[in-house]
Amino acid sequence: MADMAAAIISERMQFNSEDASALAKELRVGFDSGKTRSYQWRASQIEALIKLTQNHEEEIVRALYSDLSKPHTEAFVHELAANLSVVLIFVLSLIMAVEEPRRVFDAEAASSLMKELRGTFASGKTRSYEWRVSQLKTFLKLLDDHEQEIVDGLLSDLSKPPLESVVYEIGMLKNSCKVVLKELKHWMKPEKAKTSITTFPSSAEIVSEPLGVVLVISAWNYPFLLSLDPVIGAIAAGNAVVLKPSEIAPATSSLMAKLLGEYMDSSCIRVVEGAVDETSALLQQKWDKIFYTGNGRIGRIVMTAAAKHLTPVVLELGGKSPVVVDSNINLQVASRRIIAGKWGCNNGQACISPDYIITTKDYAPKLVDALKTELEAFYGEHPLESKDLSRIVNSNHFARLTKLLDEDKVSGKIVYGGERNESKLRIAPTLLLDVPRNSMIMNEEIFGPLLPIITVDKLEESFDVINSGTKPLAAYLFTNNKKLKEQFVKTISAGGLVVNDTTLHLAVHTLPFGGVGESGIGAYHGKFSFDAFSHKKAVLYRSFLGDAALRYPPYTNTKLRVMKALIGGGILGIIRALFGWS
Amino acid sequence: MNSSIALEREVEELREYYESGKTKEASWRETQLRGLRSFLQEKEEEIFKALEKDLRKHHIEAFRDEVGTLIKSLNLALSSLKQWMSGKKAKLPNIALLSSAEIVPEPLGVVLIISSWNFPIGAVAAGNTAVLKPSELAPACSALLASGLLSYLDKKAIKVIQGDPEVVKQLLEQRWDKIFFTGSPRVGRIVMSSAVKYLTPVTLELGGKCPAVIDSLSSSFDREVAVKRILVGKFGTCAGQACISVDYILVEKSFTSVLLDLMKVWMKKMFGENPRELKTVARIVNKQHFLRLKNLLADQRVQESLVYGGSMDEDNLFIEPTIMVNPPLEAAIMTEEIFGPLLPIITVEKIEDSIKFINSRPKPLALYVFTKNQSLQRRMISETSSGSVTFNDTIIQYAADSLPFGGVGESGFGNYHGKFSFDTFSHEKAILRRSFLTEFWFRFPPWTVNKHQLLEVAYNYDYLGLLLVLLGLRRFKGRGSSV
Repeated sequence: MADMAAAIISERMQFNSEDASALAKELRVGFDSGKTRSYQWRASQIEALIKLTQNHEEEIVRALYSDLSKPHTEAFVHELAANLSVVLIFVLSLIMAVEEPRRVFDAEAASSLMKELRGTFASGKTRSYEWRVSQLKTFLKLLDDHEQEIVDGLLSDLSKPPLESVVYEIGMLKNSCKVVLKELKHWMKPEKAKTSITTFPSSAEIVSEPLGVVLVISAWNYPFLLSLDPVIGAIAAGNAVVLKPSEIAPATSSLMAKLLGEYMDSSCIRVVEGAVDETSALLQQKWDKIFYTGNGRIGRIVMTAAAKHLTPVVLELGGKSPVVVDSNINLQVASRRIIAGKWGCNNGQACISPDYIITTKDYAPKLVDALKTELEAFYGEHPLESKDLSRIVNSNHFARLTKLLDEDKVSGKIVYGGERNESKLRIAPTLLLDVPRNSMIMNEEIFGPLLPIITVDKLEESFDVINSGTKPLAAYLFTNNKKLKEQFVKTISAGGLVVNDTTLHLAVHTLPFGGVGESGIGAYHGKFSFDAFSHKKAVLYRSFLGDAALRYPPYTNTKLRVMKALIGGGILGIIRALFGWS
Repeated sequence: MNSSIALEREVEELREYYESGKTKEASWRETQLRGLRSFLQEKEEEIFKALEKDLRKHHIEAFRDEVGTLIKSLNLALSSLKQWMSGKKAKLPNIALLSSAEIVPEPLGVVLIISSWNFPIGAVAAGNTAVLKPSELAPACSALLASGLLSYLDKKAIKVIQGDPEVVKQLLEQRWDKIFFTGSPRVGRIVMSSAVKYLTPVTLELGGKCPAVIDSLSSSFDREVAVKRILVGKFGTCAGQACISVDYILVEKSFTSVLLDLMKVWMKKMFGENPRELKTVARIVNKQHFLRLKNLLADQRVQESLVYGGSMDEDNLFIEPTIMVNPPLEAAIMTEEIFGPLLPIITVEKIEDSIKFINSRPKPLALYVFTKNQSLQRRMISETSSGSVTFNDTIIQYAADSLPFGGVGESGFGNYHGKFSFDTFSHEKAILRRSFLTEFWFRFPPWTVNKHQLLEVAYNYDYLGLLLVLLGLRRFKGRGSSV
């Protein structure tokens, strides 16, 4: 703003009242946007001032000398400015800290937020096609305008490789938006339903109506995608929505709060940042749907809270997603696809990452060799240094993973990798062969760069291994054997199955994405997201004509006979009944 | 404790049987559905007797609302089963060359159905094993299901467990793959809270106060039809003891007397001068509910609003069809689901005001609107929320297999009927099949600027762009250094 105003002044020699009013107007727009209110903005401006004085010291001194003939101001200006700025920042942080308690998000704040959003929803604003489309278009613009910031945020939270961020987080979101923008009109149209003779004459349709005010609680591993993909669904279906991003990815969380605040319609789309207290405050409210992505433990807390208000939930959880590898396959392609799904997706910190491999005893050594070769081709000899791998999100998870690795019966099974760097929170891609089934690593979701390989005598046994555990979110099979494929689809229960690849089903918006059993409840993506946030309202139109006396009391036996004929079908039966022949 | 262990064992047996894969076979499902149909056809008399005993329900009403509807559902399930069971192809972009995607329905496993008369049609059609817990408030029906039904079905897959709320509590402690509950919001909350332990998905079919909005119809023919349909939707559905019974009427003040007169005429025609003698109206299910209803009427201000009926026979648990005009809105009769033969009429200045009235209360399971005004129809659909909306009739949406039946908000979630029942008891499994042949090398690290660009155009399904990049004809814009 200041630069622009300065430019105006220097361009024209005279600064008149018109200019002044334009300037004031422009600054007001800037102020109204709320930009100047944040602590970050204030501090950054003051820092910029310090930089200004440092970089342009000489010029300032010269100007002062020419205006006031003040000599020897060099040191003075520099120090004063620097000291002043430091003091200012300090004072500012104090003031903001005093303000802080007022901004804590407690039950009261949650309830007033809910009241406000209910009001907006009741106004009907979010129901119109135009509002939904305009919000999604604005969101696409947000993604275009701030790609670099998003990539930086993910880099800071997870050291996520920029390409992964652009493709899996931003790219997927853009795709979701585009699908909605293309299909929404069609989705919103009431779906005609057939009517039968029992209700003749009538017509029926199924109307998708928004549920109301919904809550999205998301995860830290794909903090951008997993937060905003459900939000897109909620908007597409015409709901008001509150997003609670994960506090474990703080940079992305605050970036989303900032960007959504700037771009989206804040009367119906809100971000509440925070951890346990804020989440509890939110969960006390009566929502019309809660969409949670994360683990089963918190999923249970969410569902318990939802039960109080009879709120339907979608729970996107995880599980141990197995990969079954047959012999007689293109081993290089298979290994690459396993690596892309495991380490190439946030270094194994994804809910659909391959968790463990099952293969035959004979084939295991070949598979290990192929994986080693490809891993080295992808991440080099020093994977701890590779910029193409995310880091472990925090020290808690680092400790959890090293504990899995250091268990006595497991530590000797490492056949590749195993290196770690605690200060940088990095663990190299690690392969383990023949870990015991009762080890910790085989009894919890790994969610990191460790990949155990289990061996069986015959591949068919792998299905029993999988079915003896809880139902995973995904299951993968590499084979050319048609019968095995059929068997796999028939006997393995999982959220989704992929044959001869990993994780790709996530990107197919025509497939529902969601778990079953321990891996979750409900599904989303594409039209399924729209459906997850809609109520399917049955609408039946009847005319006043076509009334059948047989529906009404007083009841007689003829009425019963006709009804039976109607239900049994067949026009002959109806005629016979009407004539009293049966 | 003993019974709890026995119960655990029974559920365990069902799980073992499910895991044997038997129930997944199409032929097994068909046999069970046929068995259910034979039971209904062969035991019709016994069913009527049980309903008569429990509720004094007239056998024609019983056929129309229970046996007949069930047979119709079974016929549909039998004729559609193959189609329902086959997977649906899902579209893929051309870029996913040599790949295919489909959605395959698979059974959920062992399911629990808690309700009065719900047949396990959907559960069986979808290939699950199931426990039915019929309502203890209708003991004759419950006993009939337990003794009669099972001889028509595979006992290893379907069990009927009778008992009181304590049994329900024990059942809820078991691990289920789905719980389907029909009943009150209060118990619904308990069911959902217990489902948390094993993350069991639930369908809750609850009730609510279903309003019937009656516009000031001008033709006398229409008025008559509307009145008949409302009366049958209230007093003819187990004396109002159904979750989709009309709970109260909304009407314009100026139309009230016309409506009321017509209602009185038709009440007499349908139910006679002395409804108790004609046996057309069912009785109240038990003493407790009788007293609850009696209590609703006891309120002095409600008494003052009575315009028709109001007599009660405590010994026979019978309540005469009763109408009142404008009882106080804060009285229990207007805040609780009535679930009985009492019908309040609430007047509004303009019929459009009923939208606000409906929206200020919990979302009902059904909304009935009698009007020929199309703009009012449109407003009712888009500005109110309910499980279903039926124009110019009552109850029959229940019989439309092509419509999902279920609530929203306080009236529940999840739905069933026809194909929706099958879906309710199925998991839609996503299947993606790939070949080893097509492969984009740019899917894999180490990441380069070029791969980045290729992935981006591939994600946008921009085929021309992909070609240009491959030929090196398109330059990468911006961002390059960061990758």
